[in-house]
Amino acid sequence: MPDNSGHETTGTAPGTTGTAPGTAPGGVGTASPDEVPVFELGDVSVSYNGNPALAGVTMDIGAKEITAFIGPSGCGKSTLLRSLNRMNDLIPGARVRGELLYKGTDLYGASVDAVQVRKRIGMVFQKPNPFPKSIYDNVAFGPRTVGMKGSMDEIVEKALRGAALWEEVSDRLRESAYSLSGGQQQRLCIARAIAVEPDVILMDEPCSALDPISTVRVEDLMAELKNHYSIVIVTHNMHQAARVADRTAFFSVQVDDTGRRIGQLIEADETGTIFTKPTDKRTEDYISGRVG
Amino acid sequence: MVIQKGKQPQRARLAVAGARNATESVFGASSRADRIGNVLFRSLLLLGMGFALLGMVSIIVWSFVDGAPRLDMNLITAGPSSITPETAGYRTAILGSLYVIGGVILFIVPVGVGAAVYLEEYADQTRWWNRLIEVNIQNLAAVPSIVFGILGLAFIVRGPLDLGFVAAAGSLTLSLLVLPTVILASREAIRAVPPSTRLGSLGLGATQWQTIWHHVLPGALPGIITGVILSVSRAIGEAAPLLLVGAVTFVMFDPSFFEGQFSVLPVQIFNYAGRPQEEFRVLASAGVILMLAVLLVMNSFAIWLRNHYENKNAR
Repeated sequence: MPDNSGHETTGTAPGTTGTAPGTAPGGVGTASPDEVPVFELGDVSVSYNGNPALAGVTMDIGAKEITAFIGPSGCGKSTLLRSLNRMNDLIPGARVRGELLYKGTDLYGASVDAVQVRKRIGMVFQKPNPFPKSIYDNVAFGPRTVGMKGSMDEIVEKALRGAALWEEVSDRLRESAYSLSGGQQQRLCIARAIAVEPDVILMDEPCSALDPISTVRVEDLMAELKNHYSIVIVTHNMHQAARVADRTAFFSVQVDDTGRRIGQLIEADETGTIFTKPTDKRTEDYISGRVG
Repeated sequence: MVIQKGKQPQRARLAVAGARNATESVFGASSRADRIGNVLFRSLLLLGMGFALLGMVSIIVWSFVDGAPRLDMNLITAGPSSITPETAGYRTAILGSLYVIGGVILFIVPVGVGAAVYLEEYADQTRWWNRLIEVNIQNLAAVPSIVFGILGLAFIVRGPLDLGFVAAAGSLTLSLLVLPTVILASREAIRAVPPSTRLGSLGLGATQWQTIWHHVLPGALPGIITGVILSVSRAIGEAAPLLLVGAVTFVMFDPSFFEGQFSVLPVQIFNYAGRPQEEFRVLASAGVILMLAVLLVMNSFAIWLRNHYENKNAR
């Protein structure tokens, strides 16, 4: 993928709804939350077999910070997450419209290979899905397929340390990944994702299948990871969003004239703002537990 | 008033008994009709199983009783003979079977698994031609073997391929016969690999092919192996289509794959069994035992292989 860091934000993506001030030139390489956005979304819509699931999303997603997508079921937040690394391509009939820029490059451009996109933008799923292989091979699979250079043992150790799992598994790397607990499996999946040294990690409700203690560990891990990666997390748990996210985007379902339910971005802002003084009534109702 | 001792417990006992009766009437044995129905159904199922078992046991026992005198080394090492049934054997037929089956395995594994991978992982199921292919494969699995024999005669022995009456022609014909079964079994096995595994792999930036090679096929391997071995077991026992593509009954010289006459075990057994002399009938029975032994070994191997890979996957 070409390096586009020189000409980002030039007239693309009219970042509305209180986005980060993505106009700081020359801030490349520094890990400041106010860096140029990694994603710029301009009027993004996703449809399945012609039925719109999500429409008109315009927002920026900042680098080296955690962005949370919250909202009721069916509001399209997971759909949007999947379109950020083109996992939607795998769903027959799914179609993404609008402008979806990753560091200035159109993710859905004609010359862009979805496989290359997913190497840079990793994903962690709702249910831990380790491969039926050893712990070591689970982590090593990504680097092997990508063809990473260097000692595989070191790559694996680095990834497991990065996912705060090394201490627990260093003496049983050859055992099956299935011998781990659910929380450990999910951290293994995170280790697997960071082993290929991506830029962004997308997490689709990563804690919904975990117990509270494992959840805390994964959340701590996320806070650690955001120093190196940009993280987007979909969560049903508003407290989780409040705890971990720097910025929060609230989505909701609108019913149009023909009775179709279409997801919409209501607002996106600093997490503190969303949870204390949201601008939209719908956000306030949802946050305060009156709906959803 | 003095409380009468004994009276109270007495009443309590009565109450408990009453309650127990009430509960038993709920949880107790079901009605007579239900019970009879139950027993009837079970005996029916047992009868079905008994029938299947009876058929198998009678074949085995009959073959053993009949063929026992000829269970010697000549059975395997000697060639066929129409004059000396006492020392004749199945040597050339066994070799022919090995050639034919070896060819079948070499052909059906890559082609069958490849077709299954295409249909499961690549084909767009909404396209009419892919659905047509799918329906046709299922139909092909039910086509009588003699039809494949005629096909083999027309297109493989003669016609475009023009191989002649050789073991290779028999191999190809049997391959076509069992290919649909292999494809169907492999597809089932591939479908049983959880989608989350595929997503996990693709989400790491693996290509579709890497995902299939490293995750889908290893996960589907036990099922694929089972399908292949069952198909091969069926191919070993086939006689009818091979008669059409040139399996002759008296091959005096060891066959080769691409030239010369060949025979296979079932055809040889069929030939011996049809002869009037008693000694040939004994020889046929011994041949049946030989085939059963081969099948048993193959199926045991299949089960072992499947368990081996299942354990490896679940490890």
